[in-house]
Amino acid sequence: MQEDISQGDHGGDAGGRPRVGLFVTCLVDLMRPSVGFATVELLERAGCRVEVPEAQTCCGQPAFNSGDDADTAAIAKNTIAALEGFDYVVAPSGSCAGMLKMHYPEVFADDPDWHPRATAFAAKVHELTAFLADVMSLQDTPPAFETTATYHDSCSGLRELGIKAAPRRLLGRVAGLTLNEGEEAETCCGFGGLFCVKYSDISTGMVDAKLDDLEKTGADMVLGGDLGCLMNIAGRLRRRGSAMEARHVAEVLAGYTDVPAIAQPPGGGPANEDAS
Amino acid sequence: MDATSRDFKSNAFDARRDPHLQDALARLGHGFPLKRLEAAARLPEFEALRDRAREIKNHVLDNLDFYLERFEERVTEQGGKVHWCTDAQAAREKILEICRSVDAKTITKSKSMIGEEIAINDFLEEHGVDPIETDLGEYIIQLRREPPSHIIAPAIHLTMGQVEETFRKSHDDLPAERPLDEPRKLLEEARDKLRDKFLGADVGLTGANMLIAETGSNVLVTNEGNADLTYSLPKVHIVIASLEKIVPTLEDATSILRVLARSATGQDMSVYTTFCSGPRRAEDLDGPDEYHVVLLDNGRSELIGSEFHEMLRCIRCGACLNHCPVYRTVGGHAYGWVYSGPMGAVLIPGLIGIDEAGHLPNASTLCGRCESVCPMRIPLPRMLRAWRRRQYRRESSSGPGRLALRAWAWLAQRPALYHLFTNLSIAALGAWGRRRGAFRRLPFAQGWTGSRDFAAPAGDTFMAQWKKGPRGDASGEWLRKRRS
Repeated sequence: MQEDISQGDHGGDAGGRPRVGLFVTCLVDLMRPSVGFATVELLERAGCRVEVPEAQTCCGQPAFNSGDDADTAAIAKNTIAALEGFDYVVAPSGSCAGMLKMHYPEVFADDPDWHPRATAFAAKVHELTAFLADVMSLQDTPPAFETTATYHDSCSGLRELGIKAAPRRLLGRVAGLTLNEGEEAETCCGFGGLFCVKYSDISTGMVDAKLDDLEKTGADMVLGGDLGCLMNIAGRLRRRGSAMEARHVAEVLAGYTDVPAIAQPPGGGPANEDAS
Repeated sequence: MDATSRDFKSNAFDARRDPHLQDALARLGHGFPLKRLEAAARLPEFEALRDRAREIKNHVLDNLDFYLERFEERVTEQGGKVHWCTDAQAAREKILEICRSVDAKTITKSKSMIGEEIAINDFLEEHGVDPIETDLGEYIIQLRREPPSHIIAPAIHLTMGQVEETFRKSHDDLPAERPLDEPRKLLEEARDKLRDKFLGADVGLTGANMLIAETGSNVLVTNEGNADLTYSLPKVHIVIASLEKIVPTLEDATSILRVLARSATGQDMSVYTTFCSGPRRAEDLDGPDEYHVVLLDNGRSELIGSEFHEMLRCIRCGACLNHCPVYRTVGGHAYGWVYSGPMGAVLIPGLIGIDEAGHLPNASTLCGRCESVCPMRIPLPRMLRAWRRRQYRRESSSGPGRLALRAWAWLAQRPALYHLFTNLSIAALGAWGRRRGAFRRLPFAQGWTGSRDFAAPAGDTFMAQWKKGPRGDASGEWLRKRRS
């Protein structure tokens, strides 16, 4: 999705840097803070001033996808109020950014007070890689990283926000990184939020098909822009005893590759050990 | 047919462990999407045609009564008859009545999803009329007394060996030494059997891919030509169609035909496309003496104006099935009724009730691939969510899943409490599992850990760590700590 670079107020602070409100997303906040710090570092490298309002929580997608309108609206109002004052709102997730950008206006379709606010808010929201590549035209050189990787296109980012080229363009500048495309890169991994626990057996079939395709690429590592999918993929990779690692694209772009890969122990300990 | 949609989970479980089905699904899941892409690439205006097709159907749905009445007028002028049926029972009885009026013993039938929807075969058999399916796939599943597992490839779930076995069991006069080990030989065997049935049938029953208001015609699209023998040889042609099949003009019909086969099979055009307009005229060389259109509502008019309104644009191409990762994992029978895949998950609850089909709108990751390939641009994920919304409103707020979700939603509306609670629990979970990186088992998380390890949280939440750092410099602080 091409963005108009002139949109928004770039004169956010005295240094002319745009003010970016980071929507860290609940999964990154809880499960993998390194993605959040990588995101901050990348945004700062792109010339933004980053703030993280404490009033943010979850985007409300679990409630939205369960048909719980009242809770969705209440959570959405909280998110909008916390972040609408920034020039841009950036999330390291296509799924959560899709919720904020595409679904918040839908949630308030019949609310004359909140619909305009949700629409104005939605215009400021960006997924991280699309923001870096398309809005900020990030040109600097990320740290080198010797690996063969493959990219999993998360469904919401790909089909709600049109994110396909942006992460690949950014990764193309990482010296030493080779990207092998999977034939089924655009096929769902079977995560789907609550779907993966409610329909666990079907979800397992889907993630197995995904893993087969990832492994066919010969890559050592799968990268993606959504922690939900990556936790699903990494969890199944480890259960299958696969050597393939999973990481969020922001960690590679920011050079945070010494953090253990998702679902891996510190210092690359033995895989597939019983941790319970 | 009796729906088994309630048993979706166990149906799906069995389907996942059926190796023949899994082979077939793997082939379908790679074959059809690739062919569709190639067909779309050969037609630069494909995307514009999809918009056009959507507009045609939107216009029809806004003026449905007008076009249906116009269609009836034209059919009547041409000597045919339109029968309006509100539900499946009315349609079944009307078809039986027509069959009895000509003392029909056997009828041939080309593929019709409406025929499946009203379970016409069972009904006719019970009343002494023998229905013969003439589409090869439908013929095979009729012999096996199974419902279709795909709207355009009804026997896709079967292997060649299973088809051979079915023929040997059902065709009494088939010599045991006759080989049936190639598709061609199976086809010839079916053709031998069907040729006599075509010639002997008293009534031909077909579906309709579209009904054209301007000309009072029905459109039939097949790859086997069986529909043409079905409607043209017997004395009576009955068309069974649901009311949203109507389009205004011939030109509109051809616009939709241009996206239909490309989306379905990746063909530019199906092998046979036939327009039937009324009974045989004096100057016609052949054709039926009687032409009936049984027009079925069966709950569709109630969808008009509802959040499922746009579902009535569906032209039954099957693209959403072919591209659906859930369909590709469990196949069509798991859905437990005549339709399947994303279109089935939206339509079935509307036709047999959400109590019966409650699983279907939930068994989706809402990945959106269906909508992205739908030639009519039907927002299927939005409608799956609409069913969930209806369910949520109807159900009482009990059940562990619902309670957990509500507790999370409650917490998410109270940021200070949320951050306190999440940091405490995450720190504890992290301390427990961080050393090994992941949990193999977790209490209350069998749905996840039954087949996947659960990544252990890294430590304090991001928000807690961010707060600790000097304002604006927190990431640097975190980095220094991490690298020291």
